[in-house]
Amino acid sequence: MSQAVGPLEYPFRAYGMDHDRWDWSMLARRPGVVWPDGRRLAVWITVALEWFPLNMKGQPFKPMGAMQTSYPDLRHYTLRDYGNRVGIYRIFEALARHGIRASAACNAAVARRYPSLIRDCTERGWEIIANGLDMDHLHHAGLVVDDERALIAQTLEILTAASGQRIRGWLSPAKSQSHATPDLLAEAGLDYLCDWVNDDMPYRVRTVTGPLGSTPDHYQRPPGQGAPEGVTAGRGLVNMPHPVDLDDATILVQNHHTENDFRDALIDQFEVLYRESSPDNGRILALSLHPWVIGQPYRIAALEEALAHVMRHRGVWAATGGEILDAWQAASPA
Amino acid sequence: MSVRDPGFYDHLPWSRRPAIRWPNGARVAFWVAPNIEFYELNPPRNPSRAAWGRPAPDVLNYTYRDYGNRAGFWRMFQAMERCGIRGSVSLNVAMCEHHPEIIEACAQAGWEFYSHGTYNTRYLFGLSEDEERAVIQDSIDTIRNHTGQKLDGWLAPALTYTERTMDLVAEMGLSYVCDLFHDDQPGPVKVRQGRLVSVPYSLEMNDVIVYNVNLVSPRRYGDIIKRQFDRLYQEGEQSGTVMCIPLHPYLVGQPYRIAAFEEALAYIAGHEGVWFATGREIAQYFNDHYYDAFAAAGEAIGEAP
Repeated sequence: MSQAVGPLEYPFRAYGMDHDRWDWSMLARRPGVVWPDGRRLAVWITVALEWFPLNMKGQPFKPMGAMQTSYPDLRHYTLRDYGNRVGIYRIFEALARHGIRASAACNAAVARRYPSLIRDCTERGWEIIANGLDMDHLHHAGLVVDDERALIAQTLEILTAASGQRIRGWLSPAKSQSHATPDLLAEAGLDYLCDWVNDDMPYRVRTVTGPLGSTPDHYQRPPGQGAPEGVTAGRGLVNMPHPVDLDDATILVQNHHTENDFRDALIDQFEVLYRESSPDNGRILALSLHPWVIGQPYRIAALEEALAHVMRHRGVWAATGGEILDAWQAASPA
Repeated sequence: MSVRDPGFYDHLPWSRRPAIRWPNGARVAFWVAPNIEFYELNPPRNPSRAAWGRPAPDVLNYTYRDYGNRAGFWRMFQAMERCGIRGSVSLNVAMCEHHPEIIEACAQAGWEFYSHGTYNTRYLFGLSEDEERAVIQDSIDTIRNHTGQKLDGWLAPALTYTERTMDLVAEMGLSYVCDLFHDDQPGPVKVRQGRLVSVPYSLEMNDVIVYNVNLVSPRRYGDIIKRQFDRLYQEGEQSGTVMCIPLHPYLVGQPYRIAAFEEALAYIAGHEGVWFATGREIAQYFNDHYYDAFAAAGEAIGEAP
């Protein structure tokens, strides 16, 4: 906001949201979406391939999984690395058993350090989406816009080269953004981001191109006021559902729930979404995994048991983020 | 060192109070209080408390709460409808302007609306008396204009107060508050003028505390609710108790959480001897039948804080 607002002033108190990034819309009242082959529930699994530098600064905050002790924090560094060396291969197997192809949300640093891991993903037909440069390069309002633009460009360049894919999806490290992040993602040619956790289904995001100087002003302005001068609509960007709740690190590491609790949460999520879905009203079950968490020997069976439950249902369609986005776009004219 | 305490209630031990008999001999007055909330992305900073944990824009926590309005509300609403439970909406009143579809659905279902402030990101800490009056008047007017209901209840936005809050809501014609967690029965609140009843709400049963603070699993939340009910139901044979489940659609309305909640709610709904009430109805009944006796009993003991 450019001017201070008093405690009893409400400049955005009107129908809809208090910003113009997306429109207010209730899931229950939207037209239904039809998935391919009459399926009801798309299952989208994202696997985060992360790299946490040993000497990370943790600014402006420490993301989940960050280093904790004085340098060198070998215990946390190597446990995260365990995921990229060992844990991910348990996930590959668990998913391959059901023919599930996931989206790997990669820090570009992983592609630079372990190109073989990216090849192991692409050879299995997985989609590569960007998860920033590494877990110590968070996107936040303290970044100069041009620096953030360069960070995104560098990330996409590394991942494109390593994967041979056009990178279509973006997950910000720790789901942290600046005011300009969505605009810059659209400008960089991305089709979707999956940072926001306010919906079970994709929805369209409003972005702008032009001088992105005083960024908060075009993120949030009083309702009815037009776009700032020199700013025009950006290309279409979609937010895909990617949970912070149905996430192995949240449930098993943060909440200290048991492996069986994790399995049950997945099954309960599935049962409700499957019941709400129909061939005319497709839904998405999105699951977020971290190889350093779920890839531990004592945990992996929880994922296997839940997937066995989910995948025996005929109406389930396991797909990558890009595939689900394409089907959603086809079914939801702008 | 002098103790600073507004002294909102007398000490009234469980063993020394009149027995409560709820309507039709019910043992428990049971109510569900969904918090229907709007959190602003960029509210003015209150000197006592920042709205968001992360640097602005905290899009993760903002969108997490927005989930309740976009998706979670209907799931929670339908689960309550299936169990035949009316809600008492703890309402950030600006929701009437932002998302009137939700307000209409609650109104059509016959739910009560009481105030939970204007936005959940506007705190009362540090407001002047005039400013706080203006916030309460805003709630009275907005709820009347959008729902036709008289505002009777108050739960301070994000549980933020001044020492005057109780006096002002009583003076402005409200009859109950949900802000005191000291009892399993209603009780008098000592205010400058008027009558104010504390209706038991709960932090222990509140899904924010259960999920965001205590990090509990959904099926365990179901167990917690049933255990709470079983005991209050048993004890309610001697003297009527109150059980409240405060909800937030962004939490309980997540797909992996709703089934365990609905199962617990159906368990309670399946009991005889339960008064399925709203906050206003409990406050009114207590006011009509027990307020004076409770106030006298507390005064006789003479152990004000």
